[in-house]
Amino acid sequence: MSKTIKIDPITRIEGHLAIEAVIDAGVVKEARSAGTLFRGFEIILQGRDPRDANRLTQRICGVCPTAHATASAFCLDDAFGLNGKVPENAKLLRNLIFGSNFLQSHILHFYHLAALDYVDAVGAVGKLSPFVPRYEGDYRVSGKANAELVSHYLRALDIRRKCQEMLAIFGGKMPHNVAIVPGGVTEKLDEEKITNFLWRLNEVRQFIDNAYIPDIIAVAKAYDDYFSIGIGCRKVVAYGAFESNSGELFKAGVVGEDLKCEQFAEKNITEDVKHSWYADSTSGKWPGQGETKPEPKKNKGYSFLKSPRYKGQVCELGPLARMVCNYVQADTKTKGLIDPLLGQFNAKPDVLFSVLGRHAARALEAKLVADTMVEWLQKLKPGEPTIVNKEVPEQAEGVGLTEAPRGALGHWMSIKDRKIARYQVITPTAWNASPKDDKEQSGPIEQAITGTKIKDEANPFEIVRIVRAFDPCLACSVHLLDAKGNESGLLRVV
Amino acid sequence: MIKMVTKKYPVVWLQGAGCTGCSVSVLNAVSPRIQNLLLDELVPGRQLNLLFHATIMAGQGEPVIEVLKDTEKDRKGDYILVVEGAIPTAEDGIYGSIGESDGRELTIQKSVEQLGKNALLVIAVGTCATFGGIPAAKPNPTGCKGVKELFDEKVIKTPVVNLPGCPLHPEWFTGTISVILFSGLAAVELDNLNRPKLFYGKLVHENCPRRADFDKSKFAGKLGEEGCLYMLGCKGHYTNADCPLRQWNNGVNWCIRAGSPCLGCVEPEFPDGTSPLYEKISFEDIR
Repeated sequence: MSKTIKIDPITRIEGHLAIEAVIDAGVVKEARSAGTLFRGFEIILQGRDPRDANRLTQRICGVCPTAHATASAFCLDDAFGLNGKVPENAKLLRNLIFGSNFLQSHILHFYHLAALDYVDAVGAVGKLSPFVPRYEGDYRVSGKANAELVSHYLRALDIRRKCQEMLAIFGGKMPHNVAIVPGGVTEKLDEEKITNFLWRLNEVRQFIDNAYIPDIIAVAKAYDDYFSIGIGCRKVVAYGAFESNSGELFKAGVVGEDLKCEQFAEKNITEDVKHSWYADSTSGKWPGQGETKPEPKKNKGYSFLKSPRYKGQVCELGPLARMVCNYVQADTKTKGLIDPLLGQFNAKPDVLFSVLGRHAARALEAKLVADTMVEWLQKLKPGEPTIVNKEVPEQAEGVGLTEAPRGALGHWMSIKDRKIARYQVITPTAWNASPKDDKEQSGPIEQAITGTKIKDEANPFEIVRIVRAFDPCLACSVHLLDAKGNESGLLRVV
Repeated sequence: MIKMVTKKYPVVWLQGAGCTGCSVSVLNAVSPRIQNLLLDELVPGRQLNLLFHATIMAGQGEPVIEVLKDTEKDRKGDYILVVEGAIPTAEDGIYGSIGESDGRELTIQKSVEQLGKNALLVIAVGTCATFGGIPAAKPNPTGCKGVKELFDEKVIKTPVVNLPGCPLHPEWFTGTISVILFSGLAAVELDNLNRPKLFYGKLVHENCPRRADFDKSKFAGKLGEEGCLYMLGCKGHYTNADCPLRQWNNGVNWCIRAGSPCLGCVEPEFPDGTSPLYEKISFEDIR
């Protein structure tokens, strides 16, 4: 006799998400994930001044707005014919602004979103809101070690705030910076700002080295079974990011189970809609020609999230994807971070495809970004230009690809009569939390949950730990509508 | 010695059609810090007790929906409701829900109405919750509204304090809470859009450090140039906020200092009425 568990809302993520899992003999047979909010950003953007996309798309997400600022700036650079003309100072400043957002997002994710699944806050501070109610049972760290993790939860609040201050030094304010624009960065550069930034960065780097990474290792030791829980689809994609004259920090690539890297090409991305609430005629399209035609009563639909695929295959995006892509392309810095970690657990790289692998990849990536930011700071040239200006073209197309903290992010736009004719966004959570595609392949989170043994159905820690390890960002997943009105699937009808 | 009993103000923080940016902004508060807001007496003898906030609370699923029901019932007239994000009202609120209650989706609209009706007061944080913001921008595909507009339609009389901004400044929130805890709601002096005059009482233009450039007609012609940003679409002439004095993120910077025009993000017209964001405003725009 199977039983259905529904967790609605899934909290401690960005946005509105529900998970439903069918459990038979203690094992998940089928899982579905569904977002419960739709705002229609792409529809709202139509007919506006193209430059405004750079400000407005940031408001897709308040946790990683700089990812959208960066992707839309790249998209506009492309459309305005500015590729190759953006000054090196501007590239470095964009990287520093965006890098600050990465650090704040990763630290917030581990300590404030994910950690309460592993750390016993009640054991340290008592039964206080908002630490109760919660799942009870499987908290494996206690005493002094637990108290230290809870103290780092509080310290991390200050550290993530300082990341936002760093960002604002060059970005104007945060959330929603104003300085990243097509052609570069509006903020002027001087030595005082560089030093001001550097000393905040140094404090953040110390925290990553002395708290974040050791805490991940402590949690991994106590919960080592999570190296084999939440494996997922074992195929990853990265678009690459953080470009400067010295190359890209994150390499693009497509890596499968055999850990061999295939070259990434943006034209191989398509979005299926068979199980999404969109007209079937729009299925399988490349996003540059993508359409958003809602059909909320389509029978086979169970989500308004489309299903992005690479050459028709299910792929996971995020820190794990980036670290794997860099690792298999023999990036020295990445290997220098991953190999010692694997050595400590006497493990092979394939254990990275797991709940703990995703957390570890995120923490090591935070270190990689933070340490590289020091190099970018040193390359800045005060007094030299940070921007090149260009008029809005009459007609143009643009593509902007980058990596958000949660995974690869793409913006596609068409300009007609100096206005936005089409804007499409594909977010990392759209990939990771996607529903089944036209070939009936489940999305990455659905696959990661399916097959999991649930120890205590009243407190299904396994499900929420798997979901949160992906760091879902639902507000980002702009196509999402709530999964209601579905007649054939698991999710309930209102 | 007599131990003083701390008066606790229960707080429910609901997220509607928004981006979580206002929550993230409140996390950036410096003095008091977020830790103080959550755990300490904010003013002597008084503190907040955050019962529900989807981004930070430990629980999930049914038990947290029970918290909402219990608060509405047991703390009637006693709790502060904070609303972040707009309220999608098209097709009975089908475009947004915050969880499942008794086997049905609990829409944002229904929960804001129910919890709003029985709250001591509602604080609408950010431009989405106050005036609709970007989700309500043309063509407003999900019928988004701000809290006050919804309450007026549904004849809900609970007082609403509007703290717009995209996002709001953390001190606009901590400062408003301080006035309420110290001196009571009546002490919060509001403008005709229910915004506290303490924060929204002066035009950006009045206190702008580039004001002297405006007076001398020294205008930046391109982004990145020195001078007043009026020609580049600055909305500081009609935007009521203390950004130039308060500045952002622990005072390190703010929009105009970073060379970017004010977007007018605290005004009800944002974004449709303030767009195109980089085009010069006309004389008629200045009310």
